[in-house]
Amino acid sequence: MSAHEDSHSNPGSQQKEELLKHEPGGDPPRNGITRRGFLKGAGITAAGTALLEGVHGFNTAAQSTDPGVKVLGPGAVPVTLSVNGKDHAIQIEPRTTLAEALRIQIGLTGTKVICDRGSCSGCTVWLDKMPVNSCTMLAIDALGRHVTTIEGLSEAGQLHPVQAAFVKHDALQCGFCTPGMVMSCAALLESNSHPTEQDVRHAISGNLCRCGTYARIFAATLDAAGTSRKA
Amino acid sequence: MAPHMSENFLRDLVLEEALPQDEEKKPDTTPKKTVQMPVGVPGYTLQDEAREVPESEPPVWPTNKDLKFVGQSVERWDGAAKVSGRAKYTADVQLPGMLYAKFVNASVPHARVVSVDTSDAERYPGVKGVHVIQHVFGGAVLRDPSLEQVKYPVVRFAGQPIAAVAATTPYAAEEAAALVKVKYETLPFVVEMDRAREENAPLVFPGAADQAGTAGGGGGPRNVSQTGNVHGPSIKKQGDIAQALKEADVVVEGHYITQVQTHSALETHGVVADWKPEMLTVWASTQGTASVREELAAFFNIPASQVRVITEFMGGGFGAKFGAGNHGVVAAALSKKTGAPVRLMLDREEEHLSVGNRPSSDQLLRIGAKKDGEITGIHLVSYGSAGCGTGAGCAGPATNLYKYAALHTEENDVFINAGPGAAMRAPGHPPGAFALEQTIDELAVKLNMDPIDLRDKTDPHPVRRVERQVVRESDLWKSRNPKAGADTGPVKRGVGLSQSVWYRFVSMNSSAEVRVHRDGSLEVLSAVQDIGSGIKTVLAQILAEQFGVPPAQVAVKIGDTNYPVGPNSGGSVTTLSLTPAVRDAAWQASQKFLADIAHAYGASADDLVLVDGEVRSKSGKIKPVSFRRAAAKMTTDQITVQAKRIPDYDKSKYLTYGGVDVAEVEVDTELGRVQVKRVLSVHDCGRPMNPSLVISQINGGVIQAISYALYENRLLDPNYGLMVNPNLETYKIAGSREVPEIDVRLVEAYLGQSSTDASGIGEAAGVISVGAAVGNAVYNALGVRIRRLPMTPAVVLAALRRPQPEMELA
Repeated sequence: MSAHEDSHSNPGSQQKEELLKHEPGGDPPRNGITRRGFLKGAGITAAGTALLEGVHGFNTAAQSTDPGVKVLGPGAVPVTLSVNGKDHAIQIEPRTTLAEALRIQIGLTGTKVICDRGSCSGCTVWLDKMPVNSCTMLAIDALGRHVTTIEGLSEAGQLHPVQAAFVKHDALQCGFCTPGMVMSCAALLESNSHPTEQDVRHAISGNLCRCGTYARIFAATLDAAGTSRKA
Repeated sequence: MAPHMSENFLRDLVLEEALPQDEEKKPDTTPKKTVQMPVGVPGYTLQDEAREVPESEPPVWPTNKDLKFVGQSVERWDGAAKVSGRAKYTADVQLPGMLYAKFVNASVPHARVVSVDTSDAERYPGVKGVHVIQHVFGGAVLRDPSLEQVKYPVVRFAGQPIAAVAATTPYAAEEAAALVKVKYETLPFVVEMDRAREENAPLVFPGAADQAGTAGGGGGPRNVSQTGNVHGPSIKKQGDIAQALKEADVVVEGHYITQVQTHSALETHGVVADWKPEMLTVWASTQGTASVREELAAFFNIPASQVRVITEFMGGGFGAKFGAGNHGVVAAALSKKTGAPVRLMLDREEEHLSVGNRPSSDQLLRIGAKKDGEITGIHLVSYGSAGCGTGAGCAGPATNLYKYAALHTEENDVFINAGPGAAMRAPGHPPGAFALEQTIDELAVKLNMDPIDLRDKTDPHPVRRVERQVVRESDLWKSRNPKAGADTGPVKRGVGLSQSVWYRFVSMNSSAEVRVHRDGSLEVLSAVQDIGSGIKTVLAQILAEQFGVPPAQVAVKIGDTNYPVGPNSGGSVTTLSLTPAVRDAAWQASQKFLADIAHAYGASADDLVLVDGEVRSKSGKIKPVSFRRAAAKMTTDQITVQAKRIPDYDKSKYLTYGGVDVAEVEVDTELGRVQVKRVLSVHDCGRPMNPSLVISQINGGVIQAISYALYENRLLDPNYGLMVNPNLETYKIAGSREVPEIDVRLVEAYLGQSSTDASGIGEAAGVISVGAAVGNAVYNALGVRIRRLPMTPAVVLAALRRPQPEMELA
């Protein structure tokens, strides 16, 4: 393994677990929240069972012998997702990722799908204020949780301080990574109101930007936090 | 300036339409006036020079310090839309009844396709249409097509599209695509360039093949010989190279190897195509709305007037996104077949495999010089692979950076069974500069000269001379220990520099419309697309400067072929080509406006000027009135002016621009790890229209170059011919923790060439030179030269072992 791999490995989940630890109020990790947690939980929860069925086409009736397990799918099922403070009643197949439900069913296309496998964090949204990769999470695992997308970060047309700082510092070029970057940086400030540049580097170590705007993202986030303190 | 640049070289490099002043063959009878323009670098070489310009040209702008909006770091015009998720990219377009399409791709690297059975796919629930590809776009084409008598295109790389399925959901499309049965007659394949050059290597093409150039500059020379898989050499000569090397006091020679890099734009290639009998409308993630329209019209044999291409926002291209592509043609065909709009966006794996890459290189470079540093001759023989395409030439820097008595370059393309290359940010120049600038550094060591002194001796470019002076005076350069490998600990620090060169290409397909409305609002329209560089902002600044209103209040409408034609964004042409047309339109609109309202104020048009958002009278006859109030007096609802690019003012010379980059590295000699700590980038781009946007592009160029130098590498398995890292975790790209501190210094360098005097920055923005600067810094740290990219720990350790066997690890 190269040195580069060491410094750049499995970025998204690391940051998210850090944030879990730092979450004010100490909300404990739950199944289906982080990518790793979700994968561990798959097969135990209703959602996990449905995932396996969705992928492998198992016969639902024959598999669900446990009366305590609620089975969804494999066809489209009605669910209600709470997104940006609003309930959305949608029909989705249980295998639908959160990113797909947001973009296709609900029409919130601000969330971008770039690698579609949890390695670029372009699809970052918040689940109860915790950043997650929505491309590697099932929409039904977000039921009962509050999802915040880039569209929901600004209130009443007023840009969030991180969004405003991104514009001020030109912390974007093509803008395709920007929604995910903003969500990661804003989440950092939720858990750490006085970050150092190293903190910002760490918080977005899973967010890939191909245009190469990183330096200005560091500056914008520190500015939004009201600090120019360096590590 | 750049006395050795040949027109032939330029022709090989870029699109025909962008050649400097390619029109105006007939005598020029336009009425002219003589104006004085600022030319040179403020604080160093600035002076007024006379230019003969058409009478209709607007007044000459002063240098940036005396302008209000242009030349200032105005906030990105569409920044708020991008940070709030409101910006709609092609990937976000959703139309009623839209179908989702998915490609069926070749699973083998080389084969004849015997049959394509789509029956199961067509019966699959949700499927509305299946299309089997008859003509593949991209890659080289046989000179003699009769050498292959086939029903379907021959598969030349794993991942080549064969068919596509359109269905009501992305899932149905993907599942049905998996049901298409392709029967192959597999052929021997080769994915390693060294193996492909051998006499008995499997042949990628059964005869000579050439790749057509694209709007972005892909493809290579056509009229060259081909032996086996080797397409070339393409030879360029000046003077007697053998004699020149014989007369040299010192000859340095190096063998340099660089890898394949993929563009990896975050928005993949793709379109949404909506075929209606009267109009084909295509939303495309493209660097050239014009190029997409042209190719679709040609392929379907429909008039260009019945094709509309829209690119409101696009998520990066870096040279790979020109023309309709297979995805564009197939989506349009499926839309025509099904009567519904069709979305076809590539997935990440397809993006790596099939839509372009920066070709590899294997270069043998020799430079001879006199004791005083004067270069007698440069001799370059290069081989490179653009997969099943061409365009791996990399002689640009060797040809155009330094003075020499003789030059001899031989460039060869080597076909392998891999996806075709495409233009990528400064095509040919990062690999070329990696070899050239390390060799120049080595020459400085041999001659016992300072690397900056040597370049002052051999590089005649007046602006780079200023840039080297900025470097010479910088703390970073002063901190460099001239003795290589001087640090004693296991982690060694080094500093190195490199230079870059790029060319002034003007696309004459650059026009715009400016509208002044009676309510005082302003619009600018052009088909040009904003690929992330910020052209929308720059256009708003130009209108703001003319009418004295804040740039944010100007409506910028671009990225739509319904508007006046705009340039394809490749080769750093956009800003320098389009902005003069926009300024001319804005100027003429302001003159029409003053003439229109003069009567309402009882003034003559000649007496009125528009300054700082106010209409003023030169004679003082009327009191100043705000532009908005004056607009209410217009006799028509809207004043409209269109203007097109006129040729550069001074056509007597080709112009180049570039920069000087310095890198500071730390090399861990035990782990082999190279870390770039700081970069100083000193660059010029004519009049910087918006310094903040220019700096953003340079930051990005520096990071892409570091990523190329240390991490990125497309890996192909020689046993199966497949790419083993077609994703964004094992294809390594520099991230937040690999980014050094970047100090960008812009050098204003006025050229006196147009009404805006802008140049481009995309190519020269550190992309070309930072890889070589890192190489020279690693040499400065270690006293050992690394001639292979990427400089991974394994490569560094191997290089350390050779000359220092006592350091060998167990």
